[in-house]
Amino acid sequence: MPLLEISGLDVYYGAIHALRSIDLAVEERQIVTLIGGNGAGKSTTLRTVSGLLRPTRGSIKLDGKSIVGLPPHEIVRRGVAHAPEGRGIFANLTVDENLEIGAYSRRDDRAAIDRDRERSLELFPRLRERLRQNAGTLSGGEQQMLAIARALVARPRLLLLDEPSLGLAPQVVKTIFHIIREINQAGTTILLVEQNAHMALHVAHRGYVLEVGRIVKSDDARNLASSDDVRKAYLGGV
Amino acid sequence: MTKLLQTLVDGVSVGCLYGLIALGYTMVYGILKFINFAHSDIFMLGAWVSFIVARALGWANPDQPGSLGKALFVLAAAMLFCGVLGFIIERLAYRPLRRAPRLNVLITAIGVSLFIQNTGQLPWLLGTQPQRMPALLPDSTLLTVAEVQIRQVDVVVIITVLVLMGALEWLVHRTKVGRAMRAVSFDTRVASLMGVPVDRVISITFVIGSSLAAAAGFLYASKYPGLNQPAHATWILLGLKAFVAAVVGGIGDIRGAMFGGLLIGMIEFFGAAYLSPHLKDVYVFSLLILVLLVRPAGLMGKPVLEKV
Ligand SMILES: Nc1ncnc2c1ncn2[C@@H]1O[C@H](COP(=O)(O)OP(=O)(O)OP(=O)(O)O)[C@@H](O)[C@H]1O
Ligand SMILES: [Mg+2]
Repeated sequence: MPLLEISGLDVYYGAIHALRSIDLAVEERQIVTLIGGNGAGKSTTLRTVSGLLRPTRGSIKLDGKSIVGLPPHEIVRRGVAHAPEGRGIFANLTVDENLEIGAYSRRDDRAAIDRDRERSLELFPRLRERLRQNAGTLSGGEQQMLAIARALVARPRLLLLDEPSLGLAPQVVKTIFHIIREINQAGTTILLVEQNAHMALHVAHRGYVLEVGRIVKSDDARNLASSDDVRKAYLGGV
Repeated sequence: MTKLLQTLVDGVSVGCLYGLIALGYTMVYGILKFINFAHSDIFMLGAWVSFIVARALGWANPDQPGSLGKALFVLAAAMLFCGVLGFIIERLAYRPLRRAPRLNVLITAIGVSLFIQNTGQLPWLLGTQPQRMPALLPDSTLLTVAEVQIRQVDVVVIITVLVLMGALEWLVHRTKVGRAMRAVSFDTRVASLMGVPVDRVISITFVIGSSLAAAAGFLYASKYPGLNQPAHATWILLGLKAFVAAVVGGIGDIRGAMFGGLLIGMIEFFGAAYLSPHLKDVYVFSLLILVLLVRPAGLMGKPVLEKV
C-alpha cells in the first residue's frame, strides 16, 4: 500500500477548476516529484493534501485511511509536514522559535524533539549560528533551509516540499537537493513539487507531470528525464 | 508641583486602564484582522459584574470595611465571567464567519455590541439605572508626597495592571501557546501547517483579551464608583479611547497597546488640567489623527503594506 494515495481528485477555487481528476501515489521511502509549469496546480495538490483546501471529489488516503476533511493540524499529527511555497517563515519569531513551532503537534518527550532538532541543525549548520536571530533577517537561502528544518522537526513520515529551489543561487540549490536526498535516505518519504525539473528528476524515484490541472504523464524519474516531450517542455529542449 | 503630580498619578492610572483594554483590541486585530467592537461592552460588563458579585456577597454595605482579599475575589470573578463570555461570543458570532469578508465580521461585531448593551439594560438583568460600586478597597490615602495624596485605589490600579501586563508578556513570549499566538498572528495558514490548532488559539486570545478588559472594568469601577447603565455613552467613549490607544501604539502590537494607553491617559489628563477640561476628548482624537497622518502604522508598529 502506498503511503499517500490520491485518486480522482477535483479541486476548485470558486469557479476555477484547478485540479481535474488527479491520481497520484507516493510509495513509502520514495521521493516522488510533481513537475509542471506555472499555474499547473502543483501547489494546489499539496495544499489539498495538507488540508488547507477541500476537494470537491476524490479521495486522499494516508496509510489507507482517508484524511479528507481533517483540519490541517490533525493532518500534521498524522505525520504529514508541509513546507509551503514561499517558505512561510515566521519573520516575527526567532529561528529557534520557528523550529519549536515545527514541533508543536508532537506529544512525545522533550528529549526526542531535541534529538530531531539537533538532526535538523546538523543538516543546516548555518542555522545553528543564527538561532537567536529573528527569522525575518535570514537570507532567502537560509529561510529555505529553515523551512525544511522546521518541517523536519515535526518528524514527518511524509514531507511535502513546494519549490524548495525557488529563487536560490545554483550552489545553494545543489546543497538543498543534496539534503533532500539525505533526508530521504534517513527514512522520510517526500513529495517534491518543483519547476526545476532537471534537479527534481535527478533526485526523485518517480515523477508526475501536471499540465493545467491534469496529470499528463507519470513514470520512473529516469524515464521521464529522458522522454522527448518532457525534455522539450521542462528541461529546456535539446 | 502638587497639580503636576496629581495629574501624573491620574494620567498614569487611567492610562494603564486604557492600555489594559487596548490589549484586547490589539490581540484580536493581530490575529483576525478585525476590530472587535464588542470589546468595550466586555469592559462595561467587567465593571457591572464586579458590582453584582460584590452586592450578592453582601459587600455593598458601606459600614463594612473593604479588604484586599474581597477586591481580589471580585476581580477574579469578573475576569472569569468575561473570559467565558468572550469565548462564547467568538464561538457563536465570529467563528462561523471565518471565511467571510472582513466587513461582515465587522458588522457582526457591531451587532454583538448593540446586543450586549441593550439586553444588559433589561430590567431583570442590569437595568437602566446607574449604580454605585461599593468601595472594596479602603478609600484611604496611602502616602502623601509633596502634598499630593496618593490614594490606595490608584496604587492598586497601577500594580494590578503591571502584574497582568507582566503575566501577558510572559505568556506571549515564554510559553508554547504564546509562541503559537504570535505565529498565528503572523500567518494563520502556515501556523496551521505547523500543527497549530488555529481555532483553539483564537479562542484563547478572546478569553485573555476579555478577561483583561474585565479587570479594567473592575479597576475603573473602583476608581470611579459611579456606574453608568450598560448602554450609556461613557462606556463607548472609554472603549473608543482604548481603541485609539491600540491604534496609536500600533495595532497588533502588545507593547504598543500599553504604551498607547499611557500616552492617551497622559494627554487626556494633562490637557484637561492645563488647557481646558472641556476638550479632553478632543486631545485624544487629535492625537489619533496626528498619528494616522504621520505614522499610520502607529508609534511602535512596523509599517505594513496593507489597506484595510
Ligand atoms: N487562491 C486562489 N484563488 C483562485 N485561484 C487560484 C488560487 N490559487 C491558485 N489558483 C489558480 O489555480 C491554478 C493552480 O495554481 P497553483 O498555485 O496550484 O499552481 P502551481 O502549479 O503551484 O504554479 P506555480 O509553479 O506558479 O507555483 C492557477 O490557475 C491559479 O491561478
Ligand atoms: Mg506553486
